[in-house]
Amino acid sequence: MQNKINKRYTRREFLRNLSLTTFAGISLPLLSSCSKEEAEDFLQKRFVEMTDEEKKSVIAKLEKRYLRTFGKKFDISTQEALPNTLWGYGLELSRCIGCRRCVYACVQENNNSREKPQLHWIRVLRLKRGSLINLENSEHYYHPDLVPEKGFIYLPVQCQHCENPPCVKVCPVHATWKEPDGLVVVDYNWCIGCRYCIAACPYKGRVFNWAEPNIPPEELNTSVHYFGNRPRMKCAVDKCTFCIQRIRNGRYPACVEACPTGTRKFGNLLDPDSEIRYIIDRKRVFRLKEDLNTEPKFYYFFEA
Amino acid sequence: MGSLQETLKETWHFYRKTLTVVSQGSKGYYLWCFFLFVIFLVGLNFYLKQHDLGLIATHMTDQVSWGLYIANFTYLVGMAAAAVLLVIPAYIYSFKPIKEIVVLGELFAASSIVMAILFVMVDLGRLDRVWHMIPFIGSMNFPQSLLAWDVIVLNGYFILNLFVPVYLLVKFYYRKEPNWKFILPFILISIPWAVGIHTVTAFLYNGLAARPFWNASILAPRFLASAFCSGPAIIIIIFQIIRKVSVIKLEDKALFKIAELIAYGMFLNLFLLTAEIYKEYYSDTVHIAPFKYLLEGLHGHNQLVPWIWAAMTMNVTAFILFLVPATRKRLLTLNIGCILIIIGVWIEKGPGFVIPGFVPDPLGEIYVYVPNLLELMVSFGIWAVGLLIFTLLMKVAIPIVNGEFSHVGYMERTFRREEEAKAWKQSSFRKF
Repeated sequence: MQNKINKRYTRREFLRNLSLTTFAGISLPLLSSCSKEEAEDFLQKRFVEMTDEEKKSVIAKLEKRYLRTFGKKFDISTQEALPNTLWGYGLELSRCIGCRRCVYACVQENNNSREKPQLHWIRVLRLKRGSLINLENSEHYYHPDLVPEKGFIYLPVQCQHCENPPCVKVCPVHATWKEPDGLVVVDYNWCIGCRYCIAACPYKGRVFNWAEPNIPPEELNTSVHYFGNRPRMKCAVDKCTFCIQRIRNGRYPACVEACPTGTRKFGNLLDPDSEIRYIIDRKRVFRLKEDLNTEPKFYYFFEA
Repeated sequence: MGSLQETLKETWHFYRKTLTVVSQGSKGYYLWCFFLFVIFLVGLNFYLKQHDLGLIATHMTDQVSWGLYIANFTYLVGMAAAAVLLVIPAYIYSFKPIKEIVVLGELFAASSIVMAILFVMVDLGRLDRVWHMIPFIGSMNFPQSLLAWDVIVLNGYFILNLFVPVYLLVKFYYRKEPNWKFILPFILISIPWAVGIHTVTAFLYNGLAARPFWNASILAPRFLASAFCSGPAIIIIIFQIIRKVSVIKLEDKALFKIAELIAYGMFLNLFLLTAEIYKEYYSDTVHIAPFKYLLEGLHGHNQLVPWIWAAMTMNVTAFILFLVPATRKRLLTLNIGCILIIIGVWIEKGPGFVIPGFVPDPLGEIYVYVPNLLELMVSFGIWAVGLLIFTLLMKVAIPIVNGEFSHVGYMERTFRREEEAKAWKQSSFRKF
């Protein structure tokens, strides 16, 4: 009897040891398959909380990776907000012809995914004349041979860079915030992909990389900002930054430059001599969904 | 030290015995577990594909950015909340096996929370970065983000609902009276906490001004009312199964009382829904669009319409079945009512609640979202995991609660072994 019990115990112990060994055996290669770079990526901190040293090494690592994957030398800027600036945007509705050149200039400039799906930071809505606020009557996918079409007006919408941004409020991990110059930006490496910000945005200002972004290497823009148009990864959120890589270097956003009708204006709201201040002072401006108290810095206006 | 060694030995014995208890059962038990495990494996397989490709593998888009996963999450938070809320009437009406109801209810709540958390996990684009949400280690946006609140209250609730039943079960295992002064506060706090998890989950949607469908203050009360229907409905069914497969005695009276409470809950739910529909239809502003999409179709898109009317029919039928004493007090009609409620409420506050929030989207676009096979299979997989966890927990908890699996068995066995060893020694002495 006792022998039998002893025997059973040893068999059990044997089984236990066997399963422990198998477990260790499986987990070891799993752990070691994780390269040093992957481990570093996994543990990477929020960019704004890094020391200058850490920031430099992250940028160097990223530039090396881009060179390896795309075969192109990238210049990743981390330039901070300029003092005494608060960026504001003006859009003259009476001029927009709905050609969507801004949409495609933006895709080019900002290294957005090109196919399946193509990511757009700007949407141009076509509205029947006679209605403007009820967007339910808008058409997002119009395909005429020629624009503008008779009987329609066009309303381009992108991130409105709210002073009171609902998307920032809801983000559970501080992956998105408002910069001192008023830009709402995302740390693409910190975003967990919960898409709560997409649910919270009243302007559809945010899009998601549902798949791994794809861009033909020859079409890449290599002049990028860390919080802006650098090539991004799948399943993190994305948005218009007013071309942070350009405006912090004294250039206009790509959409402003691309517009053939001069519909789009841009400038510093704190500078009384800026174009945007001229527009606010002299034109009839309004902002989308002002009733939501988001305080957008994106001003639509009509001539005089 | 001897006692510590003894405790460790017994703990080890307990774990081994648990494994034995879990691995031995009737043919039906094996079949059920195997069935759930297979579904789990299929779901896991589909999830790995999603993990590899990204969320493009689902039918969600920038327009409808939350889908079936978050719908299930919302429903399951309600389940978890209601299972514990059942403790109140159990006390008030002193249902017969009160400790069983507490233990089973809280273990069911814990299993539901596991499912709810898994549904959020599979919905996350970057599961590898989930640690960013952990307070102090990551960077949790508390108290600004309601999702941060939800993480805290759900995990707290999960711990609470594991701690209470485990404490009670350990006491029962040792055949000791639980220290009620110690554990009762935990049981009592789990009740407002249950209300809390569901309120926080409602507020998560409620606070979004961009989504008029959710931006209604009636949301949290409606959530609680509908949870008080679906949670107890599933508990009534589980109680009957437990009654059948174990020696635990559960009175019919308790089941009928729960059904009566469900009727009140359903009345409140339907009343609040009517209040909401009245407000939207009578004022008839642009914010009516999602309601129209849900109830009658919008610009020819009516995917949700048959579903929501089926759900309404089920809920009203169940309400009548539970209101009329004759049908409430017959097990057949009672069970029909329970199933109608489980499905009806799932449609109403799962897909029927999440999807219209996104249709039309803030820029007026209508995207027709229908979950694809992958989303369905991953969801089934998670349900299977939750039910499997609950089944295994029950398999251990029931014999402890009714005293079949206890400390005494271990003591007897040790004693017998010592006696045998003594006898063996003596016999071997005799040999030489």
